[in-house]
Amino acid sequence: MYATAAVLFFFYLPIIIVIGQSFNSSRFGGSWKGFTLNWYVKLFTDRNIWHALTNTLLIAASSTLLAVILGTLAAWVLYKYKSRIQVAHNVIIYLPLVLPDILMGISLLLFFVALKVTLGLFTIFIAHVTFSLSYVAMVVYGRFQDFDYSILEAARDLGATWNQAVRKVLIPYLLPGIAAGGLLAFTLSLDDFVITFFVSGPDSTTLPLYIYSMMRHGSPAVINALSVILVLFTFIVVISSKKLGEGKK
Amino acid sequence: MKKKGRLYEVLLSIPSMGWLVIFFVIPTVLVIAMAFRAADPYGGIGEGWTLESIRDLGNPNYPAIIWRTIWLSVVSTAICIVAAIPVSYHIARLRKKIQDIILLLVIVPFWINFLIRIFAWKVFLHPEGLFKHLLVILHIADSDTLLLYRPGAVLVVIVYSYLPFAIMPIYASAEKFNYNLIEAAMDLGASRITAFLKIFIPGIRQGLLTAFVIVFIPALGSYIVPDIVGGPGSEMIGSKIAQRTFVDRNLPHASALSAILALAVIVPAGLSMTRQLFKNRKTMGI
Repeated sequence: MYATAAVLFFFYLPIIIVIGQSFNSSRFGGSWKGFTLNWYVKLFTDRNIWHALTNTLLIAASSTLLAVILGTLAAWVLYKYKSRIQVAHNVIIYLPLVLPDILMGISLLLFFVALKVTLGLFTIFIAHVTFSLSYVAMVVYGRFQDFDYSILEAARDLGATWNQAVRKVLIPYLLPGIAAGGLLAFTLSLDDFVITFFVSGPDSTTLPLYIYSMMRHGSPAVINALSVILVLFTFIVVISSKKLGEGKK
Repeated sequence: MKKKGRLYEVLLSIPSMGWLVIFFVIPTVLVIAMAFRAADPYGGIGEGWTLESIRDLGNPNYPAIIWRTIWLSVVSTAICIVAAIPVSYHIARLRKKIQDIILLLVIVPFWINFLIRIFAWKVFLHPEGLFKHLLVILHIADSDTLLLYRPGAVLVVIVYSYLPFAIMPIYASAEKFNYNLIEAAMDLGASRITAFLKIFIPGIRQGLLTAFVIVFIPALGSYIVPDIVGGPGSEMIGSKIAQRTFVDRNLPHASALSAILALAVIVPAGLSMTRQLFKNRKTMGI
């Protein structure tokens, strides 16, 4: 009981401090110098943020789409075939999940440098597909665990073509898994800093990269304001997805 | 028919396997190969092979950094697991509805951007911050005690970052645990503590193992945490890799360091995976 309360307190404490500081007119935090909305005004008038946000959403949407296609296909193959190839397939899908981010970052950077590929949005897109693929494959594969293959055979026996059986039986069955995997890929892409940092170029700043550069060189107070907006956004998304989920039941 | 099935299998495996071979396996192998290449003055990879980067690993600063990386990862993993056990036990014993709410409360902060969360700690521990003032008023610290920029701060923030990842698998095991066993042990004369240690802990073994892997490995590769809340005396291997890459722009040196980190992670992960594969093989009949 006390342990749980203490842990929750530990989790929320820094967030609460940031929310408070975002309204503090003292530039570097510290003592309270009065209430202000100045940092929010600065935030919304910063055009670089909107540019970074556009890049972030562009990469998240495109990399999620490709990762969902590749990951779902991978899950299907892993489920359907149980050969030596699939043992290897399983291992290379699993490994990116356990390796630290920084290794994927540096290895992709070396790869692109060795091939003389210009770093930019395209290389970030490739990197994001690479780490998202494994997550999507694992989530969709989880959904396959309780799948009864004979349903597909029944559809075939009843006269459906393969194409129809896949479209009308398999895909609807997998949809919750595909949606969950896609959501995970999208969130990971929005959030990723380390790998993106390694493979980004001069004009491909994403929101996390911009936040980092603001932490280094900009005003910490503006980041507080940005944090509050993002925290608020996260809570709204979580609560509304929760409400939607309950509505369906 | 069998041959045709094989062909389909290969064709269907090509997209995902091909992608991961090109963008994951080859680059990872490349890291090890690049450790033996010369650096060129423009920050790229030069011609020819050399052992210079490997020799650079003998740099007298490295043993201290490697040692620090290991102890910070071990201690933070241990703290995460020790804190997660009572929390998971407690959550698992609550009513289902309340369980869901508390789990949501545990996860939500971790959907907030990683950098922002670390930054929040920087604000919290700042030398001019509220917490510092409080400690000074309570006479726990004096005004020039530094909370930030030291290994202790790195440790706290690593624990903060990975604690939910320890709670989730341990909770999943604790939720499936049969609590009648504890009562049975106590009826048979075991004390509460003995029952907890000898019945509950072995019962959630799988969750503990998963928690260990998903906290320890990312902790070993930490780079942002020491970068933002740590100082020069709290660098980890990850910080050095980034420094060699972005500041010195010496990619072969960065590769040599990354190769060490990769081996430190892949060897134990590979061993445990092959062990599991052999176990599965028996059941799958391959």
